[in-house]
Amino acid sequence: MDDLLNDFVSETVESLTQIDAELVRLEQTPNDPELLGSIFRLVHTIKGTCGFIGLQRLERVAHAGENILGKFRDGILPVTPEAVTLILKSIDTIQFLVGELRANGAEPDGEDGELIALLNAFADRDPGAAVVAEVKPTIVEVKEAVAAAPVVVPDEHGFVPVPAEAAEAPQLPKPPADRPKPVAAEGEAANAGATVRVGIEALEHLMTMVSELVLTRNQLLQILRSQMDGPFSAPLHRLNQVTSELQEGVMKTRMQPICNAWSKLPRIVRDLAVETGKKIELQMNGGDTELDRQVLELIKDPLTHMVRNSGDHGIETPAERRAAGKSEVSTITLNAYHEGGHIIIEIADDGRGLAIDKIKAKALQNGLATAEELQGMSDQQIMQFIFKAGFSTAATVSAISGRGVGMDVVRTNIEKIGGTIDMQSVQGKGTKFQIKIPLTLAIISALIVECMSERFAIPQTGVVELVHASANSEHRIELINDTPVLRLRKRLLPLISLRETLGLGEANIKPDDHAFIIVAQVGNSNFGLIVDRVHDTEEIVVKPVSSLLRSIGVFSGNTILGDGQVIMILDMNGIVAEVGGIANETASAVTEDAAARHKAESHAFLLFQAQDGIAKAVPLSLVARLEEIDRARIEYAGGTAMMQYRGGLMPLIPMDGEEMPGREGKQKILVFSDRGRHMGLMVEQIVDIVEERLQIDLSSKRPGYLGTSVIDEHATDIIDADYYLRKACDDWFNVATDGAFGDKNVRRVLMVDDSRFFLNLMKPVLTIAGYDVTAVENPLDALKLQDAGEDYDVIVSDIEMPGMNGFEFVTALRSKGRWSGLPIVAMSSHATSRDFDRGRQAGFTSYIAKHNREGLLNFLASNFNDLSSEAMEVRA
Amino acid sequence: MSALLKPVENCEAQREFVTFSVMDQLFGIPVLQVREVLHAPSIAPIPLAPPEIAGSINLRGRIVTAVDVRRRLNLPPAKDAGMSIVVDHHGELYSLIIDRAGDVISLKAEDCEDNPATLDPQWQEVASGIYSLENTLLVVLDTSRLLRLARPTEIN
Repeated sequence: MDDLLNDFVSETVESLTQIDAELVRLEQTPNDPELLGSIFRLVHTIKGTCGFIGLQRLERVAHAGENILGKFRDGILPVTPEAVTLILKSIDTIQFLVGELRANGAEPDGEDGELIALLNAFADRDPGAAVVAEVKPTIVEVKEAVAAAPVVVPDEHGFVPVPAEAAEAPQLPKPPADRPKPVAAEGEAANAGATVRVGIEALEHLMTMVSELVLTRNQLLQILRSQMDGPFSAPLHRLNQVTSELQEGVMKTRMQPICNAWSKLPRIVRDLAVETGKKIELQMNGGDTELDRQVLELIKDPLTHMVRNSGDHGIETPAERRAAGKSEVSTITLNAYHEGGHIIIEIADDGRGLAIDKIKAKALQNGLATAEELQGMSDQQIMQFIFKAGFSTAATVSAISGRGVGMDVVRTNIEKIGGTIDMQSVQGKGTKFQIKIPLTLAIISALIVECMSERFAIPQTGVVELVHASANSEHRIELINDTPVLRLRKRLLPLISLRETLGLGEANIKPDDHAFIIVAQVGNSNFGLIVDRVHDTEEIVVKPVSSLLRSIGVFSGNTILGDGQVIMILDMNGIVAEVGGIANETASAVTEDAAARHKAESHAFLLFQAQDGIAKAVPLSLVARLEEIDRARIEYAGGTAMMQYRGGLMPLIPMDGEEMPGREGKQKILVFSDRGRHMGLMVEQIVDIVEERLQIDLSSKRPGYLGTSVIDEHATDIIDADYYLRKACDDWFNVATDGAFGDKNVRRVLMVDDSRFFLNLMKPVLTIAGYDVTAVENPLDALKLQDAGEDYDVIVSDIEMPGMNGFEFVTALRSKGRWSGLPIVAMSSHATSRDFDRGRQAGFTSYIAKHNREGLLNFLASNFNDLSSEAMEVRA
Repeated sequence: MSALLKPVENCEAQREFVTFSVMDQLFGIPVLQVREVLHAPSIAPIPLAPPEIAGSINLRGRIVTAVDVRRRLNLPPAKDAGMSIVVDHHGELYSLIIDRAGDVISLKAEDCEDNPATLDPQWQEVASGIYSLENTLLVVLDTSRLLRLARPTEIN
């Protein structure tokens, strides 16, 4: 291809992109003469150049398009959506032809007679005539013709315009690209002198060389740091400065405004709106924000995909919006701005927001999570599923966003370039994505850390903060069953030992160790990486690792430090993957939920220590008495320790994994009692009684423990009293209930609550009181029990539950079925008189505040006494 | 000559080898694959890497992965820092850590003999033939095969 043709192609590609965007705006502001003029001139220039270099096919199409544009300009034809669609099709055809031209150096064979005839027919039309009926089918034909043509992306490789003024005065704000540029003839002439076109390869090469220069400079500086007063000092200082400036300058040549990645979006949104019958307005702010063209290329597709997604899934139809009390016209907003060495790009829509229920159903259907896991997750956690592979919430795969690319690809692409993606969504209000990406990829700022005398680089992007932990500082490492954690601002941070992860040695972490902890964020969770030392931060040039080492996931690259040492760059995502994910990801979800639910509730806990010296807690309501006895009183029978207590035998059991104490001294015991039966749990020391909000920070799979929580500012294991009661005597509950009612008819209680913690807490309370408790985590499971033929005497249900709430549940029960006559009690943290009324109306027998345990027990007792007396009356 | 050692037919006319020794065994690598020879480079270890990988070397600003030939050949580790032969493999540079680099010698292709069938399998895999020199035997190493096993994913 000769130079002339080459220039024509790159120029035309740029013009076409501009026309695309301007036509879409013209549709919205049909009477903007300046805009019309600009479009007309651009098309005219294309046509003129085609004629000049003998590209007949292109010229004919451009001419036909220009014809209509001319009539728009002269006011002969009105600017209607139909007309714009037709012109856009001609632009598409030109784009296709130009693409072919670039690929093959010549126009492809063929005719565009059909399209040209259409365009001409439209141009000759009487403006008063009804146009719609006639144009519709033909548009479809043209679209098919264009779609059938091979897709050619014309501006991917080739040239990048270098605005000369950018190098001279980079701080000058540039006109946003979506504003029509003055393209008058004299303007073009002026611009021609101010910019040069440089091949991207040349720029890339320049960048590589500068990167190497930066490295060499760093090495020199390191060597000569010790002899700063020598003869090299002054020239080195100068070299240092020049290199920095050169680096900055070269980086700038690679910078392009982000609107280059946005240029196609107005057209995409417009087509989307036409296809789906939605009314969508696209707002773009900060289009002049510049970023590295390598980064730009990489985020182009993710951005397009996300905007499509917003339009397709997020935005409702005008009818739906009307029904929801919103304005018919929806908005998709794109924002871009600099923030601390990063570019922030936001994509927001005011649509329906993410449908949590649909995501849940989909996650279940695709086997991404079990119903049980979903129950324990917060909304934020559930939303994260859209980033999982193979996930799409659109019920039917539409042509617009169902292209097999999901948000998982978007996230992967963004993380690949060291970026992060965040999302907020409010049902009914809209969804906002925030992408944070580094300015450039070639040189990054990294923290140099040391582990077993080896240094490693950690990209600053992932680092949240550095913490120095030691015994007397505010932060210290604590162990839970050998798992190290750090209490950081009242949250438990899981810790990973870099030493162990890299196989450099045993983790061997002891509480109160001196340690440097890098707090890093991966996805939505934070974790701490324990390293031996932290050096300073350094600008490093990222080099890919050798293909022999690609399979090692914990490294994202390697680099050469100022002293010439080769070090590996750690990939925080890889490290988390290496240790098998952050264990508390779901646990913290439980926490968030529990925290939200139990905000107003605080519970009294008894704090005690077992032989291992670790703080433990048990809900105080379960403990009958605290006793201190002489160990000599402990007797052994049948392999079990027991003591005589209040006229009976009380089994004594130690905490799991602990030995029976000796026969000397005193022993402290927590007594759990019920109607003459007692059980003693042997503990080392009773510490305190505290009122704390319920918040399990790490849920436990160990038997005997509900989980771990921060109580009185210490990580504390909360023990599962139920477990120890059963351990003491299998028949504990049966015997107790037998005594309680004097007949074999144990009252069966069904508890429905989505908080597993609450269930775990209430179950022993009710069991001790003599009820046979079945606990389920959602109403649907309860309904299944009804279908399965289970019978209960009373149902206790939460109100706020995902999927089906308590009101819906009680309505469903009352409407039909065997359980329709059962007493049903609501237990909720919403306990205003309005809530009570609503509960009664819905069909609840009673409504009890969640923290009012006594209330529930009293209700159950009186309810069953009534029942019993009724029964007796009948019998009598 | 025993039936186990039969001449290889597809050797080319004249071949030049960079020779080196590991545990007193002489090896040869085609000279065109060799970029340079380094004396006792400083090697930065790489955690979690396959055991054959000694680490990385800073070769004038390029990062080169070093392969420990002794380990690769199931030989005991060396006491002293060895020398390094930098080879080009599909555009990537690798450094082979060996005991001592020798001369460049020119040998007739037709003199190249097949590996004896009784050779250790690990050697069998990386040796592409044997030359009988005056005083000793020279094992021709196939660098691409030498670099292959170090990639755990490719072990079948």
